Parts: sequence; C-alpha cells; structure tokens
Amino acid sequence: MDTLLNNLDVFVDGFALTIQVFLWSALFALILGTVVGAMRVSPVAPMRAVGTGYVNLVRNTPLTLLMFFFAFGYPKLDLPSVSYTTLAIFALSLYSATYVAETLRAGINTVPLGQAEAARAIGLTFGQSMSQVLMPQAFRAVIPPMMSVFIALLKNTTVAAGFSVAEAGAIRATLSERGEPAIIVLLWVALLFVLLVAILSFVQRKLENGLKVLR
Amino acid sequence: MSNVLFDAPGPRARVRHRYIGAITLVAVVAIFAFILLRFVETGQFTAEKWELFTIPFVHAKILEATIATLQAFGLAAVLSLILGLLLLVGRVSKHRWISVPTYLFVELFRAIPLLILMMIMYYGLPPLGFSFVTPFIAVVTGLTLYNGSVLSEVFRAGIESLPKGQAEAAYAIGMSKTQVMRMILLPQALRAMAPVIVSQLVVVLKDTALGFIVTYQELLYLAKFYGAQPNYGSPIIPSTIVMAAIYISLCLLLAGVAKYIEVRTKRGPAKNIRAQQLVNEAA
Repeated sequence: MDTLLNNLDVFVDGFALTIQVFLWSALFALILGTVVGAMRVSPVAPMRAVGTGYVNLVRNTPLTLLMFFFAFGYPKLDLPSVSYTTLAIFALSLYSATYVAETLRAGINTVPLGQAEAARAIGLTFGQSMSQVLMPQAFRAVIPPMMSVFIALLKNTTVAAGFSVAEAGAIRATLSERGEPAIIVLLWVALLFVLLVAILSFVQRKLENGLKVLR
Repeated sequence: MSNVLFDAPGPRARVRHRYIGAITLVAVVAIFAFILLRFVETGQFTAEKWELFTIPFVHAKILEATIATLQAFGLAAVLSLILGLLLLVGRVSKHRWISVPTYLFVELFRAIPLLILMMIMYYGLPPLGFSFVTPFIAVVTGLTLYNGSVLSEVFRAGIESLPKGQAEAAYAIGMSKTQVMRMILLPQALRAMAPVIVSQLVVVLKDTALGFIVTYQELLYLAKFYGAQPNYGSPIIPSTIVMAAIYISLCLLLAGVAKYIEVRTKRGPAKNIRAQQLVNEAA
C-alpha cells in the first residue's frame, strides 16, 4: 500500500496518460475502421480489394513492430516532428482500425437479406431502409464485440511504454529510480488494469443484455 | 451481386462505380508514392544503408533471431494449448472449490496486459530470489498464462456451441462425465474451434514481439541493433523493413493455415461470435 500511496503522483500521471492514449486511439480507430469497414462491404471492387489488403496486412503485423517503425523510423523521414505519444496513438489507431473494420463488417452480415428485401418491398427508399431497418439491427449486433476491441486496445496501450511514452506500463521504470520494489509496483499496475478492464466488461455486459436481438 | 446494403448495380451505377474505383486506386497509389518518396529523399534506399544486409555473418544472425522468435512462439503455443485444456477441465468441474478458483484465474490473466505480465516475470521475480528468470522464460511464461486463459475460454465456447443432445445421448448410453468430455464433446469442440484456435496462435506469434521490450533477443532486438550501426549510416529503416518482412511473412503463413482449416471444415469463426470476440479481446 505504501508503494502506491507514496508515489501516487507517478501512478496518477501514468494512468491519466494511458487513458488519454486509449481515448484518442479509440476515436481514430473508430473513424479509420469505419472507413475501411465501409470499403470492405462496398459494391466497388477496387475499394473492397484495398480494404481487404489493409486488414490482412496490418492484422498480421505485430503491434510492437508498428510502434517500432513509428518510434524509430518516422523521425528519420524528415516529416513534421511529433511527440512519442502521438506516434504511439498513430500506431495503436492503425492497428485497432482493422479490428473495428472487421467487427463492423461482421455486424452488417448478421442482418438477414430478407430484412432489406422486405424494406424495399414496402417502398422504403435507400435512406429509410438504412436508417430505419438495417442500421438499428447492425448497430445492436456490433456493440458487444466492439467493446472487446476496445478492451484489447486498452491493454495494448501498455506497449507504448517500451517506446518512450510515460504511461502506466512505464511506471515501473520511473519508480525503480526511487528504489521501489519492482514486483509491488507491477502488481499495483496490473491490479489497476484489471479494474479498468472490469469496468469495460461491465459496460459491455449491460449493453449486451439491453441490446440483444431475438431471432 | 446483391446483398443487404445494395442491389445488383444497373448501367448508371456501374459507370459510377468505375469512377469511384479509379479514384480509390489513385488515392492508394498517391499514399504509397508519398511514403516511397520520403524514403528516397531521406536516402533510405542508398547502397550504404543496405550494405550491412549483404554480409553472410548478418544473415546468420538474422536466422538466429528468427529461430529465437520461433522458439518462444512454439514453446508458448504448445504450453498454452496444454494450459488451456487444463483450465477448461477445471472450469467445467462440478466441484465449486475447483471451478471458482479456475474461473478467477482465467478472468485475472485475461485482464492483465501481456506486457505487464512479462514485466512481472522479468523485473519483478529476480529480486525475490527467482534469479533463473531469463528474458526467454519471462516471454514464454507470460504468453502461456495469457493465451492459455484465452484458449480455455475458446474451448468452452466451442463446447457450449454443441447441441445439448450430444452430451445427453452420451450420458444416456452410460458414459461417465470424463468419457463424455474426452470422447464426445472435446473432439467436436476442437474441430469446430480449429480456425479460431489457430487465429489465437497467430496472436501468440505476434505477441512474441513484445519480448523486444523485456530484452529478449529476437527479430526486433536485432533490428534495433543493426539500425544503430553508424558505420553503415544507421540503417534503422532498412533493418526494420527486413525484420518486418520476416515477421509479417511468418504471421501471414500461420493466418493462411487458419483460413485453410476454415475453408476445409466449412465452419467459419463467424459462426461462433463468442469465440471470435474472445480472440479480438486478446489481440
């Protein structure tokens, strides 16, 4: 307990940055993932190909490797210099976007074709059938798996600690300078992560029960 | 082709699609051209920066690092499959004093970020007297605890997806609980879950890269080491490209195996949403 209380500043700063990185990456991953997901289900063949290529390539790239490239390679390219934190957010967003895209695609595929046909048969326009019939159903199917993607993203933010981002995963390194025992510090960090994940899982379960589609 | 989102396109839509397709291709080519141009302008493709990777000694080193990566992956994959089965047995046990602790164990290790787990092994244990913990042991133990927990849940999702009649019929002909699990449920569940299990093994392979952060001497470690050689112009980008090519090829190969099994057994992971969700949560 003393380890936590005596170094509360480090813990608070670390987890504050973790949550910041998490929220920004989630936002960008959601935007990019929606674009890629839309490309994956679009009627235009080249768009589908690009979406598929992106997902297959990035999904099979270790996140550590992506961060490695951004942290060590990017500064060598004479592009506008940005902080390590921003670079980590880039890598996390690019990586998580593939999971967001696949989740959206799977969600759309859960809606039976008959729903769209029935909507058209009763004379709904494209906009109406999208907004009144298809999207509400797809949205419900997407929310619980999307929370899983965010839980993974939250855990993945720790990788940034290996690349000069002073977030929760880096608390051990900071506190080893103050002479705190590594094991106690790490167990506290682990416990706090378990709590954060538990909160997300709780929200997920609530949403899952509230949004269940009975077919 | 017609699906939920759109009908088969007519002549006007086909023309429009052709334009949109062309714009997409131009945009993608532009992005790639920009990145390549940055590489060329900052001299990433000069002979000086690539000379290092023509030396046979360096080839041997890269092979060594690849084997180190594969060793950690292979051992962790086998151990997490075994741990996954053990945890599954504990989880479905009728005795609450076994099933409850197993449940807590699984939930705990799924929630702790893998890197923190590796750090606990590597930085936390040696001061307590466990001085035998090398980076290799830290990486393999971390991967095993984490993925074993995930796999046990995948196995369980597979068993729960089976029709109830399977277990009921087996009990009806007088099989014991162990027999039902071993001879009826597990073989079917493993078969149904095979693509998801292999996808999870791809996650194991990807996550061996975390070993870099706890100083395991695998491909990324080598990438950084060679990238910092001033005599060869500090070729960090070329060395990242080389190691990335190896890493991504290995992962694509394994993902290809998952796809092959999926096509062959005709049971996509999409059929079991719960299992797919588990893998997504662990990726």
